[in-house]
Amino acid sequence: MNTLRIGSGAGYSGDRIEPAVELAEHGDLDYLVFECLAERTIALAQQARISDPQGGYDPLLGERMRRVLPFVGAQPVRRRLRVITNMGAANPLSAAEHVRRIADELGLDLNVVAVVGDDVLPLLRPEQVLDNGQTLASLGARVISANAYLGVDGILEALRAEADVVITGRVADPSLFLAPQMFEFGWAADDWPRLGRGTLVGHLLECAGQVSGGYFADPGFKDVEDLARLGFPLAEIDAEGGAVITKVAGSGGRVSRATCTEQLIYEVHDPAAYLTPDVTADFSQVSFVDEGVDRVRAQGADGRGRPSQLKVSVGYLDGWIGEGQMSYGGPGAIARAQLARDVVLKRLELMGVKMQDVRAELIGIDSLHGPRNSVEPWEVRLRVAARCEERSDAVRIGNEVETLYTNGPSGGGGASKSLRQVVAVASLLLPRDAVNPRIQA
Amino acid sequence: MKLHTLAHSRTGDKGDTSNISIIAYRAEDYPRLCEQLTAERVAEFFAGLLGPGAAPVRRYELPHVHALNFVLPGILRGGVTRSLALDAHGKCLGSALLDLELTPAKGR
Repeated sequence: MNTLRIGSGAGYSGDRIEPAVELAEHGDLDYLVFECLAERTIALAQQARISDPQGGYDPLLGERMRRVLPFVGAQPVRRRLRVITNMGAANPLSAAEHVRRIADELGLDLNVVAVVGDDVLPLLRPEQVLDNGQTLASLGARVISANAYLGVDGILEALRAEADVVITGRVADPSLFLAPQMFEFGWAADDWPRLGRGTLVGHLLECAGQVSGGYFADPGFKDVEDLARLGFPLAEIDAEGGAVITKVAGSGGRVSRATCTEQLIYEVHDPAAYLTPDVTADFSQVSFVDEGVDRVRAQGADGRGRPSQLKVSVGYLDGWIGEGQMSYGGPGAIARAQLARDVVLKRLELMGVKMQDVRAELIGIDSLHGPRNSVEPWEVRLRVAARCEERSDAVRIGNEVETLYTNGPSGGGGASKSLRQVVAVASLLLPRDAVNPRIQA
Repeated sequence: MKLHTLAHSRTGDKGDTSNISIIAYRAEDYPRLCEQLTAERVAEFFAGLLGPGAAPVRRYELPHVHALNFVLPGILRGGVTRSLALDAHGKCLGSALLDLELTPAKGR
């Protein structure tokens, strides 16, 4: 293969679907990758699986597959397109079953392969310590999931088994993109410089629209065309791991050195040591070169040996968060909102609501970065949120804000309240040998 | 002059740590950013959010893309999953930092 073409069909679970269809139809792709697992998505999916043993995979899996599968597999006049995705979440096997059913309905003969082995909950011991200092024993039955970040291994095995669609659970985001590069170009698992370059491609693509003009526009400073029809990115990659980032011609958005640079550093700490299960990538010497409209060459990535341990993300139940909001407008809005805040906090104290932590702020004034002197606004919104061990306490936060209607300062409007269970995430490390990625067709 | 006129920014989160990129629009402004945007200055800017016990802010340089990367451990106070913050990811932090005032470049 001379040039490998990999597209990015999703940057998170709820992402737009039409740009992925556009890539499948017009991207002339070899692979379309959907990255849909944020830090705690899998813990939430595990909860869903507890209530429905056949569930626990991405809620948009079905809709995405219905739309793109018609372009997948061997085709008479176009490249063979394959799909790789972590939409299996907490249940890759059921997700694969679901995709097979959809392929059948559409009359398509596709090989759907699941990658399992990321669920390591049974391997953990009570005395193991999380990065937040707590032991698993202290969390007890509140622990709901433990998933190792797998690397390329299971996906490579699936591609060797001629998978048209590869469905995984937790896999490191860049590995979803590195695996097809290793498979197509025959890169060795210890070819660190190429693995470093392939990981850069994965890192640039893994948030989809964030490298092609999404999450970038700042009117007057950084203008982007047609965000409503943002095109998702694709990479044209050569056998050395050199790559051009681009998008489908005619789609909205923009691929520029600036969009690529923002994404290069996104969620990176030390750019010389970006750790994945496959390689320690070095992005510190990366540069970008314009190669025409919406075409940017990425170069200068390197790599060295991979970590000996794998990161494991542990999800656990950690109480409830209750929240309420109320707006105030017109002259004196801030003073009335501040009075309302004081009233709610006093009421919560009088009622003995047990809170681990509470926060009360004025949206438009001090909710994001703390207070600052500014002119009186036309409107302001009070927000009170608290984390409580008990649901019954958390529920009273929003209720108390709502009672401001008839009991608080004058002119409050638009009350809202919410309640959610907290699924917290912490991490620990496991020796690589303890984890066993494998496929199930 | 505001940093906003010379640079752009994106903020990422991992656990309860934020990283904020500051990217010069023009390569010739990069040395000025390196000189004035020290880790200490960024820590001072966010002092009210970092709290007294937070680990030091770290700064990394990416000269070929004329960018700095600031890593702020602890600023997300428990991380996306537990935080009570409206912007639990801290996504807006980078935009706030662009309000920082720069002193004029030294004459050459």
